Amino acid sequence: MPNTPRITRRELLRGAALVPVAGALAACATPAAKPSASASAAPAATSAANPFGVAETRPLEIWIFDGGFGTEYATKIHEPLFKQKYPKAEIKHNATKEITKVLQPRFAGGNPPDVIDNSGANAMDFGALAQDGQLQDLTPLLDAPSWDDPAVKVRDTIDQSVIDIGTYDGAFSVLGYVNYIYGVWYSQKAFRDNGWEVPKTWDAFLKLCDAIKKSGTMAPFTYAGKFPQYLYEPLLTTAAKIGGGEVLVHIDNLEDGAWTSEPMRTAAAAWAEVGAKYLMEGTAGLDHVQTQTAQNKYKVAMLPSGSWLENEQKTTTPADFEYGMFPIPDMGSSDKLPYGTLHTQPGENFIVPSKGGNPQGGMEYLRAMLSKKAAGDFSELVRTVSVVKGAGEGRALSPGAASASKAFADAGSNTVYYRWQSWYAQLKDEAVAATGELMTGGLTPEKYLERLQKKADEIKNDSSIKKFKR
Amino acid sequence: MTAFHRYRRGLFITAFLAAPVTLYLVYVISPYLQAFYIAMTDWRGVTATPSFVGLDNFGRLLGDGVFWKAVTHNAALLVLLPLVTIVIALFFAFLLNVGGGQGGQGVTGVRGSKVYRVVFFFPQVLAVAVVAVLFQQVFRPDGSGMLNGPLMALGLGPVGFLSDPGVAFWSVLGVMVWQAVGFYVVLFSAGLASIPREMFEAAQIDGAGRVSLFFRVTLPLLWDTVQVAWVYLGILALDVFAIVWVMTDQHGGPDWSTTVMAAEIYRNAFQYFRFGYASALGVVMFFFTVGFAILSLRFSRRERIEY
Repeated sequence: MPNTPRITRRELLRGAALVPVAGALAACATPAAKPSASASAAPAATSAANPFGVAETRPLEIWIFDGGFGTEYATKIHEPLFKQKYPKAEIKHNATKEITKVLQPRFAGGNPPDVIDNSGANAMDFGALAQDGQLQDLTPLLDAPSWDDPAVKVRDTIDQSVIDIGTYDGAFSVLGYVNYIYGVWYSQKAFRDNGWEVPKTWDAFLKLCDAIKKSGTMAPFTYAGKFPQYLYEPLLTTAAKIGGGEVLVHIDNLEDGAWTSEPMRTAAAAWAEVGAKYLMEGTAGLDHVQTQTAQNKYKVAMLPSGSWLENEQKTTTPADFEYGMFPIPDMGSSDKLPYGTLHTQPGENFIVPSKGGNPQGGMEYLRAMLSKKAAGDFSELVRTVSVVKGAGEGRALSPGAASASKAFADAGSNTVYYRWQSWYAQLKDEAVAATGELMTGGLTPEKYLERLQKKADEIKNDSSIKKFKR
Repeated sequence: MTAFHRYRRGLFITAFLAAPVTLYLVYVISPYLQAFYIAMTDWRGVTATPSFVGLDNFGRLLGDGVFWKAVTHNAALLVLLPLVTIVIALFFAFLLNVGGGQGGQGVTGVRGSKVYRVVFFFPQVLAVAVVAVLFQQVFRPDGSGMLNGPLMALGLGPVGFLSDPGVAFWSVLGVMVWQAVGFYVVLFSAGLASIPREMFEAAQIDGAGRVSLFFRVTLPLLWDTVQVAWVYLGILALDVFAIVWVMTDQHGGPDWSTTVMAAEIYRNAFQYFRFGYASALGVVMFFFTVGFAILSLRFSRRERIEY
C-alpha cells in the first residue's frame, strides 16, 4: 500500500526534536524558577530630604484601583507631588478594576510594579502576598520624617489603627489611606419630617422600627442582601459593644468558641429579629446599589454602611436628603463599651512590592500621599475622610461626612475593628453565606454561630493556611 | 521512486501538522500536565518557588464540604439538563417538522413553524454573560422583576428566584435549558429532515396519531442524534461556570446553593489564592469529565436502524 501515509522512524525523531521547543514555550503556567535579580533596586544615598535613597532617574510604576474614588486623585494630586520632587523620574500610571487578573502574573513572574492600590472586589489576597514575602516592610516609612515637617515622623501623622491593621507578621506592610467609619445611615430630612429620633438603646431602635413599619411611609430597615457582609459588620460591632473589643480579637485569632461567645449570641439573636420583622420586602435579592437607591427614594429608612456611602450615592441622592449616621445603640446597661462606640477601619490599601524595580520610590510615593496637602485635597475631591490626622481641618464637609466625622470625634478611643475577613477569605465567604441565611430565617442564631465556629476551626486546623495574630 | 514519494508525502503531512500539533502541545497538553504538578504543591500564585506537598491537597479536598456540594450540583445538572432540554427540544422539533395537521397535504410542521424556528434559536446567539445579566433582571426580587412583577400584581408574594437557596438552583437550571433548547431544536430538525418522508406518511396512512407517530417513528429514528445531544449536554453540565458565576448572588450562592466545580476551582485560585489546591480540584474535575466521556461512549453503542 504505497499510498497510505506512514511516518518513518527518521521523521518521528525529527518530530521529537521539536518537543523541547514546545516545552520551553510551555513554561508559562508554572511560576518562573528564578525571580529576576533586582540589582537595579539598590538604593541610592540617603539624606534627610531623601530618607529612602530614591534614585532620581529610576521610573516608578503605579497601579490604581479604578473604583468608587476614580483615578483622578492619583493623576491630579499624588503623582504631580512626586514628580515635583523628582522631575527626572518617569511615572508610569496605570489603572484597572481587575487588580488580581492584571497583577498576579506580574508577581508570579518576579517583576511586580512599584506601588499598588490593592483594593476592590478583585484585590489580591494580602495573606498570600505576605506569606510569600512579596510585601515591602514599610517600617522605614513610619520612622521617616513626614513630608511636611522634618521634625515629625510619619508614624505620628496617621491613626494608630492604620499601623495595627497594616501589620503582617510584625512588619507594617499595608497602608490604608481612607478611614472608613461604619454605622447605621439615614436621611436626616426623613427623620425630621416624620418626627423620628435617632435611637440610643436597642429597645428604642426596635420601637422606632415598629413605628416606621406602622406609619406605612417606608420600610424600617434594609441591607445589601446579595452581599451579607454589609450585615455581619453591625452584628460584630454590636457584639464588641456588649463584650468589648476582645470579642473581635478572639475571632481574629481563631480562638476556640470565639464565634459562639455570649456577646455573639446576643448580637446574632438581636439582628435575626430585625431580619424577621423589619426588612424591606425583597431585601435578600437586592445589592448595595439597589438598596441604597431605595433609601434615596424614601422607600426605606435605615441601612448599615460606611463613610464611602455618600460619595457612592452622589448621583441618586436628592439635594435635601441630608445623610446622617448613628452608632450601634446600647444593648443594655452592662455593655462593656459606652454609647458611641464605632467600628472604624482603614481601607483603600496601598502596598509596595518588595521585589519591584523601585521599592524606595514606592515608599517615597506613599510618604508624599501622607502629606497634609495631598490628603486634604484627596478628602475634598472624593468626599471622604483620610487617615492623615487633621487633613480635613478647615475643609467644607458634606452632611454625611460631617456626621461621620462628628461620630468619630465623639467615639474617641472607643473604636473597634476586625481583620479575619481579610486574613481568611474562606471564613469570609462562609460568613457571607451564613449571614444571609440568618437574616432570612434559614438558620437560627445558634446554628449560625455554630456553623461559623466550625469553619473557623477547620481553618485553624488546616496547615496550608497561614495564620495571623493580633 | 515509491520510497521517495512516500517520503515527500510524509513531509507534506508533517509540515501541515507541525503547527497545530505544536500549538496543541503547548496550550492544551502541557497546561494539563502542569496542573497535575501544581496540584501537588502549595503554590499560592505569587511566589516563584512553590514547595512540593505530595497528595496533601487531595486529602484536603475529601473534607471540603463546599466542593462536594458543588459536585452534587454538577451531578444533578448532568441528569436534569440533558433530560429536560432533550424532551423540550424533541417536542418542539416534532411540532415544527411533523406535528402539523393531517389535512391531506402530507407531513408538515405546525402553522408558523418557520418563524418559530428562528425565534427558538435566538438564545443561542446571545453570549452567556449577556444571558446571565439579562436573567438577573428577569429574576429581580421586587416589583420591577419580569417574573415577580406579574406575580406581585396577582397578589402572590415575590419569589426569591436567586435569593432563596431552595429555588436558586432551579433558576440556574431553567436558564441553562432556556439557552440550550434552541440549538437542539435545530439539531433534531436536521435529524428529522434526513428521515424519509414516506415513513411518516406510511405511518399516518396506517392510522398513527401524533403521539404514536412521535414515539414509534420519530424517536427511534432520531436515537443517534439524541445520543449526540446527550453527550454535548452532559459536557455542558460538567463545565458550567459563567452562568453561575455571573448570575447568582455571591458567585454560587446564596449559601452555596448553586455552586459548581468550575466555580470552586476559580474561587480557590483567584479569590483564595490557593493555586495548588485549585489545581487539585481541577484534576478531580478532569477525571470526572473523562469518566463521563468513557461511560457515555460505552453506553451509547446501539444498533443503527437502516433505511
